[in-house]
Amino acid sequence: MSAQEQGPPEPPEQQEPVGPPEPPDPSGRPAPQLIGVVAESAPGETRVAAVPSTVRQFLGLGYEVVVESGAGAASGFGDREYTDAGARIGDAWDADVVLKVNAPSDAETARLRAGATVIALLTPAQRPELLRALADASVTALALDAVPRISRAQSMDVLSSMANIAGYRAVIEAAHVFGRFFTGQVTAAGKVPPAKVLVAGAGVAGLAAIGAASSLGAVVRATDPRPEVADQVKSLGGEYLAVDVAQEASTDGYAKATSADYDRAAARLYREQAEDVDIVITTALVPGRPAPRLLTAEDVAAMRPGSVIVDMAAATGGNVEGTVPGRAVVTDNGVTLIGYTDLASRLPAQASQLFGRNTANLVALLTPGKDGRLTLDFDDVVQRGVTVVRDGEITWPPPPVTVSAAPTAPADRAAGDSAAAAPEQEKRRLTTAGRFGLVGLGMAAMFLLVAFAPAQLASNFTVFALAVVIGYYVIGKVHHALHTPLMSVTNAISGIVVIGALLQIGHESRVVTVLSFAAVLLTSVNVFGGFAVTRRMLSMFSKG
Amino acid sequence: MSSLTASHAADLVAALLFILSLAGLSQHRTSRAGVAYGIAGMACALVGTIVVAAQSVSAVTVALILLAMTLGAIAGLWRARRVEMTQMPELIAVLHSFVGLAAVLVGWNSYLEVESHGTAQHRVGAGLLGIHHAEVVIGVFIGAVTFTGSIVAFLKLSARIRSSPLMLPGRNALNLGALAAFVALAVWFTISPGLPLMVAVTVLALALGWHLVASIGGGDMPVVVSMLNSYSGWAAAAAGFLLDNNLLIVTGALVGSSGAYLSYIMCKAMNRSFLSVIAGGFGIDAPSHGDEEQGEHREVRAAEVAQSLARATSVIITPGYGMAVAQAQHPVAELTRRLRERGVEVRFGVHPVAGRLPGHMNVLLAEAKVPYDIVLEMDEINDDFPDTTVVLVIGANDTVNPSAAEDPGSPIAGMPVLRVWEAEQVVVFKRSMASGYAGVQNPLFFRENTGMLFGDAKHSVEEILQELGSDGRQDAVPATSRA
Repeated sequence: MSAQEQGPPEPPEQQEPVGPPEPPDPSGRPAPQLIGVVAESAPGETRVAAVPSTVRQFLGLGYEVVVESGAGAASGFGDREYTDAGARIGDAWDADVVLKVNAPSDAETARLRAGATVIALLTPAQRPELLRALADASVTALALDAVPRISRAQSMDVLSSMANIAGYRAVIEAAHVFGRFFTGQVTAAGKVPPAKVLVAGAGVAGLAAIGAASSLGAVVRATDPRPEVADQVKSLGGEYLAVDVAQEASTDGYAKATSADYDRAAARLYREQAEDVDIVITTALVPGRPAPRLLTAEDVAAMRPGSVIVDMAAATGGNVEGTVPGRAVVTDNGVTLIGYTDLASRLPAQASQLFGRNTANLVALLTPGKDGRLTLDFDDVVQRGVTVVRDGEITWPPPPVTVSAAPTAPADRAAGDSAAAAPEQEKRRLTTAGRFGLVGLGMAAMFLLVAFAPAQLASNFTVFALAVVIGYYVIGKVHHALHTPLMSVTNAISGIVVIGALLQIGHESRVVTVLSFAAVLLTSVNVFGGFAVTRRMLSMFSKG
Repeated sequence: MSSLTASHAADLVAALLFILSLAGLSQHRTSRAGVAYGIAGMACALVGTIVVAAQSVSAVTVALILLAMTLGAIAGLWRARRVEMTQMPELIAVLHSFVGLAAVLVGWNSYLEVESHGTAQHRVGAGLLGIHHAEVVIGVFIGAVTFTGSIVAFLKLSARIRSSPLMLPGRNALNLGALAAFVALAVWFTISPGLPLMVAVTVLALALGWHLVASIGGGDMPVVVSMLNSYSGWAAAAAGFLLDNNLLIVTGALVGSSGAYLSYIMCKAMNRSFLSVIAGGFGIDAPSHGDEEQGEHREVRAAEVAQSLARATSVIITPGYGMAVAQAQHPVAELTRRLRERGVEVRFGVHPVAGRLPGHMNVLLAEAKVPYDIVLEMDEINDDFPDTTVVLVIGANDTVNPSAAEDPGSPIAGMPVLRVWEAEQVVVFKRSMASGYAGVQNPLFFRENTGMLFGDAKHSVEEILQELGSDGRQDAVPATSRA
């Protein structure tokens, strides 16, 4: 996994130019491909897939760019600005590479040239029929919302940049409706308590909301099934409310669907919080599934009048019971329930800027030669991940990529288990049967040794064996700090060899006496020096 | 009661006293009593033996014995008084070599007394002669290996020769070959003893002992020294078999197991088998790892360290051999005292293989008057790092290397280490960015919470003390008013 994450991708071996083979240029180089930036047709959509600055980037990569007239108008980018950047205004649907924000409608798909590439938010998991339609049109489709969540691909992660904007905007929408200050103040006219905000889900959107709300001065709390986000919540000024149920760590960077136990504990928590807070912002999304229900109608009813709920998951069913997608409704008890699905589009200039930058980064990745030719390398997880249809063939879903910053440790440990723990396991295998066998063998050897030895050796051996065992047990209890004194004392004691020399001295030839004399001298150094130095060392040890 | 039975009784008493001595050393409270027991046991053994010996030898010989013992005692006591605590490993190694040499001499004497007389000898019963032959060669062999091994260890520890491992081609084959040759020679000697064989065994063992330790690197010295301790014990035990003396056997076995046990602890602390240490060769393939840069390290100044120490609530100091080399234990102790006066909790975390001798760091810190109850072992302190404000890594490297715990491909993978990186802030005292003894690059240096304080450890600690001193006076008033 880390190998795939490191560094720029190698130039792919089998680069396949996407689209029909162009007639070779007179200069011998293939003609650059045309990138088309089309206007959005979805109602309320204000974003555009490319902004003038990214147009310049495309030109730098060797492409030509055509922009549909009025494509950037809602975001505040006029046709003039695009032409100034080097694009021309014209029929963008006929281009080799079509950039779009939302998925093309059926009519739009029909306008795509066969062999063209379309890059947009395609929600491939939810819309198999769209993929089929695109495949039938024999185009290549890259889903910007299928960028794998690895660090290298962060610069292309449209979902993150849009969620960031949406989270911020959610707080602004809430503040707009909420009839009070966010921050607490002490004024001459009295004290104003700060607003209490609960953010459900600390993903990108949730964190952006936490940051925005706390910088407005509110007291912010956040919940999330992944305990590892607690620090991020804290760093943005929020308080993390843990749900006390064991939950496995996320391996793909997205929140998982939760267990039943967890849901019960969470429901209690949400109920308590609903009674206490002024503003709730819910961001809980599970990829490929309807949004989980976090707040019930009773929870909403328990909130104080004037409270605001922003349900950022309204588009996929809503986290809050009673949410109406795309609209703000007021409940019977005066709680405003905001279900806007276009929060990011409500900051169009910024949203288009970031969307365009993400798209441009993806195009740059797909243009390793900077030659204005889009190529796909399926050995690269990012390129494999975003490609949902290739040349009329559905390639979704991609093989799973397991990546997350936090839980690399278990993965490493798993790798370590196989490598480092292998010898350990071998050692452990000796435990029961092996140990008995070894002990039995050792005992048998001892038995034979002593049984067949002459009497003197046998008695010597008995003494020896017992002394070894005693030594092992006596020394095994020695405090680690006393290892050095232990060594010097055993050293002094091993000077007992002096006895051997003493028994030999003066008995035989002069040679023996001389040698014994030397031995006595040396071992005396040991005996006296060893004990003296041990005493000296021990006198230094003092208790604090 | 004859003098002979009295001597046997004295042997038993001495053996028991030795056991009590070792048992006493297991705790600080009883350690001094342990030494007293040891001295008493030794006195008992010596008096008993000399009294018995004096009955059968001339007065001149007794005078010789006393002369030798007096000379030895003077030399030993003088060394013991003068030795620096940082030189303990050398002293212990050289004392081991004496035991080894003495065992060789005893073996040779025994040969000269018995085997050199051939069939004319009358000391050993004919039935036991073969065993005696074997005992002589085994005793000489163990003694000689201990002798040269200890000499090489001494030379390495005192930096008189390079401490890097000697890499002879096929050194394992050399060791095994020497062992096989010894077995062959021993068998041959047992069948037909002779002077040339005796010389051959001695020379072979001397060479083996030399090569065995020469091929082990400086960082493995704790294992080597305790291994030699063990050998010296076995050498004494072998001499006991040779002379049919139970006291020697018991004492030798006690010392032998103590050394073996310490070696076992050391090996466990390095996550390696005893054999792999003996065979050396650790870190051969490491340098290729060591060259790899792993990121940016951050340098800190003594003043910054002093500031963070002043603000810390809990400090752990992990010393290593570098502290001994720099003689930094006294300023470190002073720093400890100063911080404790300020109410900072200061403790020491000692890795089992820190230093060049088992327990070496403890002795150094004790010498510098660091209370022993704040000097903790790795297992005792390893879980406390997350709650620690500052960790000072002084002269340690491999024993605090996170790759041992995190990188299964590392040459030191699986070695238990002090998890210093879990602390809020780590300051590494180091001379340069060179890798440790194992030649493994230390990712600790590149962690975000790690600061490198380059320079001589003693000098650096003194600088911190200075900063802390001046800072402390200015800080004293607001500190109390805050409280």
